[in-house]
Amino acid sequence: MQVYADNAATAKISEHALSEMIKYYSDEYQNPSSLHAFGQAAADALTDARERIAKCLGCHPQGIIFTSGGSEADNQAIISAAKLGARKNKKHIISTAIEHHAVLHTLDALKKQGYEITLLPVSKEGLVTAEQVRDAIREDTCLVSVMFANNEIGTVQPIAEIGAVCREKKVLFHTDAVQAVGHMEVDIEKMNIDMLSLSAHKFHGPKGVGALYCKRGIVLEPLIAGGAQERGKRAGTENLPAIMGMAAALDDSVAHLPEYTARVSSIRDKIIDALSTIPYSFLNGSREHRLPNNVNMCFEGIEGESLLLMLDMFGIAASSGSACTSGSLDPSHVLLAIGLPHEIAHGSLRLSFSEYSTEEEADYIIEKVPGVVERLRQMSPVWEKMMKENN
Amino acid sequence: MAMNYSPLVMEHFTNPRNVGEIENADGVGEVGNAKCGDIMKIYLKIDDEIITDVKFKTFGCASAIATSSIATELIKGKPVSEALELTNKAVVEALGGLPAVKIHCSVLAEEAVKAAVKDYYDKNGIEYDAEMFKESSCDHCCHAE
Repeated sequence: MQVYADNAATAKISEHALSEMIKYYSDEYQNPSSLHAFGQAAADALTDARERIAKCLGCHPQGIIFTSGGSEADNQAIISAAKLGARKNKKHIISTAIEHHAVLHTLDALKKQGYEITLLPVSKEGLVTAEQVRDAIREDTCLVSVMFANNEIGTVQPIAEIGAVCREKKVLFHTDAVQAVGHMEVDIEKMNIDMLSLSAHKFHGPKGVGALYCKRGIVLEPLIAGGAQERGKRAGTENLPAIMGMAAALDDSVAHLPEYTARVSSIRDKIIDALSTIPYSFLNGSREHRLPNNVNMCFEGIEGESLLLMLDMFGIAASSGSACTSGSLDPSHVLLAIGLPHEIAHGSLRLSFSEYSTEEEADYIIEKVPGVVERLRQMSPVWEKMMKENN
Repeated sequence: MAMNYSPLVMEHFTNPRNVGEIENADGVGEVGNAKCGDIMKIYLKIDDEIITDVKFKTFGCASAIATSSIATELIKGKPVSEALELTNKAVVEALGGLPAVKIHCSVLAEEAVKAAVKDYYDKNGIEYDAEMFKESSCDHCCHAE
């Protein structure tokens, strides 16, 4: 059996999104900037996509800028807010210790340019509170950026509350909602969000396309110089097939959200409950405030890359926060930020699901993981030591 | 997978040789640390200066398990003096290569064998040149990348 349980990395494109893309590659392939009738039809399609996406997110269509994906949107949001802040001599930015590297590395670059960055610590469930944000806001704070839901441990932040604090304090609020959009309710107006990043391939849209929402009155800084596309904020011929594919995928995801959430969260809970019965295993992230499609567990005494490769041999595709899988020296910054010691963080397993995940797949995972964990533990001197110390 | 392992690495990872412990081993060596994500422990049974049995336990990635496995194969049945000559390079070659970021696993395998032999020498009051057993710290392996 083949089980793809790495949907947080990327998900399969939907048939609907793919057929839209093909249509806009082969039949309606013209450039929205062209003045002829074909071009105008393309421009109308672009407007339509923008309106549909805005409707799904609860925002006004003019606020949507199409980008190459979540990372570009994160970069542009943060850099724009930082530039705006600098004009008013506000060069302090608040974010969290568990952000995606698209945010963290952009902040690192700003730090080198003289900005001051406060990374809020998170609870052991990976949560920040609106109070933490309130306490961290200063006179010179120009931006708060807190991810909607964490890509590794699935923790969902109290975005509406954080947004309310930022609004009250008149500080811009950006959220990286790459993992949340299409998987849970995201309402920009209701949640007091000023800027939001999303990526299409996380909700069965195409890769290489995403969007940045930005509320009226915030002047975005273009990252790419060139033509006047996207109101001059993002030069380059619009990737219309991808944008149409993204709109189709988001429409479908939002339309099916209640059924999807119920079904996929039952798969998630079944797996969490079953794998938690393995001794010396625990869930990472919050059980309550959690993405419906995310499972992240640690199995003490074993290392994540070995676990992944053995599961891979059984046809199960998953992910891990171990150093060996990231190509860096340390295990995931997220697992360290929730307080796990290095040796335990090395043994993490992330399973992430989608619209296409099934009960049978969940059963197969539940059948295979315990044996693989046991096999690796039997080989592990760390496990041997743990068992001796406990007897 | 981020790693590009040779078929032989995958074979040793999937079917590791000589996994386990030896009770009352003549020499036991443990190197690495869990913080870095790799620990290797090697047990030796030695009769008349010949390694008659060897077992290992490893906490670590696929290449850590594969390098331990092949190292035990390379020294089993050999004189202790030959085991001491095992280099990380020989381990890498025997596995048909390792990705560059995983070379430190072969270093650990070499060190684990040496640590087990040193333990055997210490237990039996056999004199040796301490220079041969210079322990490299974990800093070394972790910064090998």
